[in-house]
Amino acid sequence: MNLTLKVWRQKNSQTPGKFVTYKAEEISPDMSFLEMLDVVNEKLVKTQEDPIQFDHDCREGICGMCSLMINGEPHGPKRATTTCQLHMRSFNDGETIVIEPWRAAAFPVVKDLAVDRGAFDRIQQAGGYVSVGTGGVPDANEILIPKTIADEAFNSATCIGCGACVAACKNASAMLFVSAKVSQYAMLPQGQTERYERAKAMVSQMDDEGFGSCTNTYACEAQCPKEIKVTNIARMNREYFNAEFIKG
Amino acid sequence: MSNFSKTFSSTLGKKLIMCLTGLFLCSFLIIHLIGNFQLFKDDAGLAFNEYAYFMTNFPPIKVVSYLLYLSILVHTIWAIMLTQKNKAARPISYAKKGGNGSIWSSRNMGILGTMIFVFIAVHMSNFWYNYHWGTTPYVEYRTDLNTGITQVKELSETEFTGHVSYVENGVQIIKAKDLYKAVAFSFQQLWIVALYVAAMAALAFHLLHGFQSAFQTLGWNHSKYKPLINFLGVWVFSVLIPIGFAAMPLYFFFK
Repeated sequence: MNLTLKVWRQKNSQTPGKFVTYKAEEISPDMSFLEMLDVVNEKLVKTQEDPIQFDHDCREGICGMCSLMINGEPHGPKRATTTCQLHMRSFNDGETIVIEPWRAAAFPVVKDLAVDRGAFDRIQQAGGYVSVGTGGVPDANEILIPKTIADEAFNSATCIGCGACVAACKNASAMLFVSAKVSQYAMLPQGQTERYERAKAMVSQMDDEGFGSCTNTYACEAQCPKEIKVTNIARMNREYFNAEFIKG
Repeated sequence: MSNFSKTFSSTLGKKLIMCLTGLFLCSFLIIHLIGNFQLFKDDAGLAFNEYAYFMTNFPPIKVVSYLLYLSILVHTIWAIMLTQKNKAARPISYAKKGGNGSIWSSRNMGILGTMIFVFIAVHMSNFWYNYHWGTTPYVEYRTDLNTGITQVKELSETEFTGHVSYVENGVQIIKAKDLYKAVAFSFQQLWIVALYVAAMAALAFHLLHGFQSAFQTLGWNHSKYKPLINFLGVWVFSVLIPIGFAAMPLYFFFK
């Protein structure tokens, strides 16, 4: 396959960026999107040019490190797929592909396509944890949890924190991420101790980071590579209003 | 900062204000539509004018109407505040826009809301302002209580001394501001009819997203009753109610 790439190049968060066009030639349709970028970068290195910076780690679709807005869609055109699991067979030979970083005030560009998602870490640190006893090792399954609840909590916990929800949202809102993190603990017995403080602290941190508000367009759900549901957002709202008006 | 002002200044608190004022305005639409159906009665506006007098003078309804005006303003101002925050959250937009799985109306609530706001301003200056402080025609209804036949007579400004309703020698006499005539007159004008119908189309799309969205904001999203909320949002609030309202100017225009 031969492709034309329009890639966002930006030296750092202080310098304005611009699109630069590259040719990606002799690409195998079985390569992942990141491997295609690796090929382009190898060529750039050979010609003494600055390679394109992009985030990646496990390349197995579970770490949440890869990102990229590909032709206006977070993680590209394929549903429920991270960029690292997106293969070039999803594109046509000769196609022009526009590659941009996540765009959000809360996610400043580090370099090129890599953005700083530290805001998510700070939201998580604000309340995304549970207190545990530090005595002896507890027996497995000591606390019984109904299967349906365990499944639901696990569904929320599959959020890998990649930020595609923020990227997809027209308001750059982080509500899907935050709500998944609030939900995964709110449903489980282990999460009850900090339940209401957690909702308040995480929402407050989310606001401080400068994310937009949710207007329920549900673009986040459609674009989430882990198919996190917007019912999590409704749950977070319940948790928050309960915390503020009733339990707080 | 007190707890409550802190809560309501958070993103979720502001969304809650949008949601509660929005739902209150939705409830008003039902009452307004049912009341205004009296425009379709072929009684020279007797029932409608009596209803208009009741709605503007019965104290509890007066209180609710001031809450309503306040809700319109709060819903608008908070929408502007949230939109500014949302715009600031993405200073650089994407060069390439892809399909993102959301419906059109959900992404254009601001435009739809602005159309509705302009409509409300025109609508209130047309009828609400004129009824209270401007000029309206006056009318006298004389209903013979034995035969049930009503005679209608236009009154001049000097003949009208205030809204009255009494029975004299078996004849019920009602003197009222003739809002019905003002409505009928306005809806002879093509531009007003076009504006009203366009505004109702905007309302339909605004509520197509807004009604179910309000419940999501409240946290009421459950597979058990979500279908009911969606059904009401689509068929009652974005089909029946806008069509019902749009039928009124069209009825008078083609009458």
